[in-house]
Amino acid sequence: MAEPGRAGRPVSFRGGGFMPRPVGAVGPLVFLAIVGLWEAGSRSGLISPLVMPAPSEALAALGHLLETGLLWKHLGASLQRLLVGWTVGTVLGIAVGVSIGLFSLARSGLAPIVAAIFPIPKIALLPLFVIWFGIGEGSKIATILFGTFFPTVIATYGGVDNVDRSLIRMGQSFGLSWSSIVRKIILPGALPAILPGFRISAAIAIVLLVAAEMIGAEFGVGAYILLAGNLMATDELIAGVVILSIMGLTVNWLIARAERFLLRWRL
Amino acid sequence: MELRLDGLHHGYGPVEVLRGIDLDIPAGRIVCIVGPSGCGKSTLLRLIGGLELPNRGSVIQIGEAPPDSLNPLTYIFQDFALLPWRTVEGNVRLVLEDHGFGRDENARIVDDVLARTRLSEFRDAFPRQLSGGMKQRVAIARALSVSPEFLLMDEPLSALDAQTHELLMDDLIDLWTRERFSAVYITHNLQEAVRLGHRVVVLSRRPGTVREIIEIDLPLDARAGHTRELETHRQHLWRLIRDEAQAAELELVDG
Repeated sequence: MAEPGRAGRPVSFRGGGFMPRPVGAVGPLVFLAIVGLWEAGSRSGLISPLVMPAPSEALAALGHLLETGLLWKHLGASLQRLLVGWTVGTVLGIAVGVSIGLFSLARSGLAPIVAAIFPIPKIALLPLFVIWFGIGEGSKIATILFGTFFPTVIATYGGVDNVDRSLIRMGQSFGLSWSSIVRKIILPGALPAILPGFRISAAIAIVLLVAAEMIGAEFGVGAYILLAGNLMATDELIAGVVILSIMGLTVNWLIARAERFLLRWRL
Repeated sequence: MELRLDGLHHGYGPVEVLRGIDLDIPAGRIVCIVGPSGCGKSTLLRLIGGLELPNRGSVIQIGEAPPDSLNPLTYIFQDFALLPWRTVEGNVRLVLEDHGFGRDENARIVDDVLARTRLSEFRDAFPRQLSGGMKQRVAIARALSVSPEFLLMDEPLSALDAQTHELLMDDLIDLWTRERFSAVYITHNLQEAVRLGHRVVVLSRRPGTVREIIEIDLPLDARAGHTRELETHRQHLWRLIRDEAQAAELELVDG
C-alpha cells in the first residue's frame, strides 16, 4: 500500500493507435494534387503528349464522346454484356454452390472440378469460346459468365459451410421442413459470405468484359480503348480508362448498398 | 404424454458416453439431470428429443400428444439459437410458418406468447439488440408458441451472468406455476437443480449411468422460503458428484 503523502508519478500511457479512420478532405485533395501535377507536367512539356495526354485533353475526348452520343452506344453495349453475363453466372454459381454445400454427391463430384477450373484465367479460354459461340455476343457473354460463375460457387459453398450448425439443429428440432431450413436458415446464413463474393466476381467480370471486347466488337468500352490504342490516340484511351474506373466504382457502390440493406441485422 | 428411456447406450467411435440409462419422465413436472461435465447430459437430451439416434435402447413416448401440440418435444438451447436476421417476432413466427395456419392465426399466436413472456414491446428488435437474458426469453416464447408437451432445456441459464440468471430462474418458476409444463432440464448448477427440479437425476461421469434419483417435494413457488432444506439437498448432490467432477476435471478432453 502507498503511504499517504508520498510523491508519485502518473503511469505512462501505452495504449491507443492502430485505428486508422478516414480524414475528411484528404482523399479528394490528393486526387486533385496528382491530376494538377500531371496537367502542369503536360503543359510544361515535361510529359510528352505522345506518351501521356494532358488530363484536360482526356476530358475533352470524354466530352466529345458525350456530344456525339457514342458514349451511350459503347456504354450500353458493355453494360448489357456485363449485366447478362454476371447475372446468369451469379445465379448458376449460387445454385451450384448451394448444392455443393448441401449434398455429399454434389460436393464429391463438383468441388474438385470447380477447384481445377477456378484458377484458369478465363481470358485463356476466350479463343475457345469464339470458336464455340461465334465472334459475336455469345463468346463475350460466355467469358463473363464463366468468370463470374466460379468465384460465386466458391464463396457460396464456403458460406453454406459456415452457417451455424446449432441454428440448423434448432430448425430440425422444431420440425421445420427441409426447404424451410434451406430458405430461412441456410441461405440467409450464407449471405454474409456470398455478398463479398459479388465484389470479386464483379471485378473479374469487368476485366473479362474489356478483354472480350477487344476481339471482334464494334461497340463497347473495350473496343473503344483498343481502337484508341491502335491509333495512338492516348487522350481517347485515358477517357476509356476513366469510364472503366467509374463503372467499377458504381458497381462497388451498388454492392455496398445491397450489403447494407440485406445485412442490416448484423450492424 | 410421458417419456420412458429404456436401456439407452450411446457413444462416438470408441468413446462410450452413456451406458444403460433407464428413466421415467413424468408429465407436469421438471426433471433435472445433473452430473459432472462431459458425462453425456447434453447427448442424453439430444437422444430424448430425437436429434440423435442411440446406439442401443430407445426413447419411448407413452400416450399421444394432444393434437394442438405442434411440436411435442421442444428444445431450449444454451446458446439461444435465434436467427440473427429475424426480429423477435420473426424468430417466433419461424416455427409456426410451416404449419399452414395463415397470417392471422400466426400473428395471434405470436402476440399471445410474446405477451405471456412479457416481450411484446420488443417484438421488432433484432437479437443483437437484446441482452442474453432477453434472448433466452425469446427462445422460451418461441418454444411456448408450438404448445410443447415437454420442454427439453439444455443448460438454458448457463450462458447468462449471475444476476440475469437469478431473474430468469424466477421467471421460469412463475411460468411453471402458471402453466405446469413438463420439462427435462439439464444443468451442471446444483443450486438450479434444487430450485427447479421436482426430481433430480444424478449421472455418473463418462460413461454416464444413473447414480441416484432424488425427489424434492416442496412446491416450486414455496422453495424460496425453505433455503435450509434446499441446501441439504444441494450438499447431498454435491457429495455425490464431487469426486467424479474432480476426476473428470483431470481427464484429457479428447481422451
